[in-house]
Amino acid sequence: MILTETLSKQFPTRKGQPPVLAVDGLSLEVGEGEVFGFLGPNGAGKTTTVRMLASLIAPSAGRAIVNGFEVGRQDQHIRACVGILTETPGMYDRLSADKNLSIFASLYGVQDVRGQVEKYLRILGLWERRFDEVGRFSKGMRQKLAIARALLHEPKVLFLDEPTSGLDPEAAKLVRDFVEELKAQGTTIFLCTHNLDEAERLCQRIAIFKTRLITVDTPAALRQRLFGRRVVFHLKEMQPGLLALLQALPFVKDARAIDNKLLAALDDPEQHNPLIVRQLVEAGAAIQFVGEMRHSLEDVYLQMINHGGAA
Amino acid sequence: MNASRVRIIIDKEWAEVFKNRSVAYTMIFVPLIMTLLPLGVLFMLRSLGGTGGDTTDVPANFAAICQDLPGLDCLQIYITNQFLLLFLLMPTSIPVAIAAYSIVGEKTTRSLEPLLATPVTTAELLLGKSLAAVLPAILATWVCFAIFCLALLPIGVSQAVVAHIVSPLWLTAILLVGPLMAVMAVVTAIIISSRVSDPRAAEQLAMVVIVPVLGVMFAQIGGLFVLNAQFVWVSALVILGVDVLMVYLATRLFRRETILTQWK
Repeated sequence: MILTETLSKQFPTRKGQPPVLAVDGLSLEVGEGEVFGFLGPNGAGKTTTVRMLASLIAPSAGRAIVNGFEVGRQDQHIRACVGILTETPGMYDRLSADKNLSIFASLYGVQDVRGQVEKYLRILGLWERRFDEVGRFSKGMRQKLAIARALLHEPKVLFLDEPTSGLDPEAAKLVRDFVEELKAQGTTIFLCTHNLDEAERLCQRIAIFKTRLITVDTPAALRQRLFGRRVVFHLKEMQPGLLALLQALPFVKDARAIDNKLLAALDDPEQHNPLIVRQLVEAGAAIQFVGEMRHSLEDVYLQMINHGGAA
Repeated sequence: MNASRVRIIIDKEWAEVFKNRSVAYTMIFVPLIMTLLPLGVLFMLRSLGGTGGDTTDVPANFAAICQDLPGLDCLQIYITNQFLLLFLLMPTSIPVAIAAYSIVGEKTTRSLEPLLATPVTTAELLLGKSLAAVLPAILATWVCFAIFCLALLPIGVSQAVVAHIVSPLWLTAILLVGPLMAVMAVVTAIIISSRVSDPRAAEQLAMVVIVPVLGVMFAQIGGLFVLNAQFVWVSALVILGVDVLMVYLATRLFRRETILTQWK
């Protein structure tokens, strides 16, 4: 659904200063119906990437195909089949929610403008407030209205740039739940976010990006790639010799003792845990719990951004 | 060019503009004041002057066109000639406020990016915004001119003065030159609006387009020249040329990327 090949964007600056490279050689592929997370720090070039993919700005180099149309050559076709929620979605504050949506539905060439406007106002819980001026809406309501605006023409691809940024937890949850619904309906979603929990919950794959693409994979695979799988054995008390026993096992890649816990890095915990438990019990250990140690996506993200992925 | 999208842009602009009371009042009351002012002056001239006045009260080159008209009629025609220029000032100044705000206003409220993300083309967007500003200004001017003409006889202006006002010269100026000047003013305002970051700056800069009209007005008052058919037709052709150039420039200078990425 989205394909980029060495996509780059550089912005000119004032005379005498070098141009700013915002996106450098981005190559990625997003499948139809996929929810794709695009993570990166402020100023990483996420919004620039979204703007290029939505045909709002032209790439400096490389190419991008969205829904079969090429960015820079078939921009109007792309704009007609994508929806975009910008980071700061502006509205016509003096106009009603209904009027705001009607204008955009008409510009997108929606056949049944009234029907679509009603559908999305109802879905997003704004139907009762449809004739109110948008200027009186709360931030959460504005965000919901902006999402409705991005969806009026039933786009094949939806770009969401920080959809829950600045929202209170309740409004953020409403937005996330709605994205879950869209995901269930098979809409391709390109989600730029700082919220790692949100990315993990919603996205099938995640790209970590800082001007260049650092990595792209599923959240689970990223964790495993960086930190492997670690199992923690909680003991009643640590006894001498248990750590050495663990280190001596051939399938244990790394072992450490912290207080009354033993940590083991394993490739296949399902296969090796029973063997380790048996060995430890035979050596006199009293095992209270065994569990897998999960690294958060935040650990992965920080590791990737700060050290380029070297754990 | 998709006419439907142009119509939607016009509809959107009007919905926004006429929700803003200060702009709506400006569009209604300024033309009305510009209409009532000359009517008031003509009425007072008739009331106070009786049948007096002579052609020595007007510049010499103007007196020549009065020929054997009574002095008061000549004076009224002279004064009317200055005030009629207000009907060229109207379509130039009224739409500037709307047009100057049209792009920079959307930048300020951050509504421009979603708008540019729709399939609307730059030409459709600029045409829609231009027409949204030009049409009400032309309509207001024509309605006010009609009111002015209809009120002349009831306030006691002579048939000779009415004939001078409702003449091919002034009808050409108001029905042709006025709209052409409105287009020039609006496109200039839109160009400025797309390149500045403050709506007030856009409005003030765009007001420069009224300078030529003021120039003609002061030249007439000072007796430097008298507006005539040749001048009106040449002006119409020149302004038409400027309009075409300005429309071309507007579409060339409207850079979506610059507007989206470099505006703070």
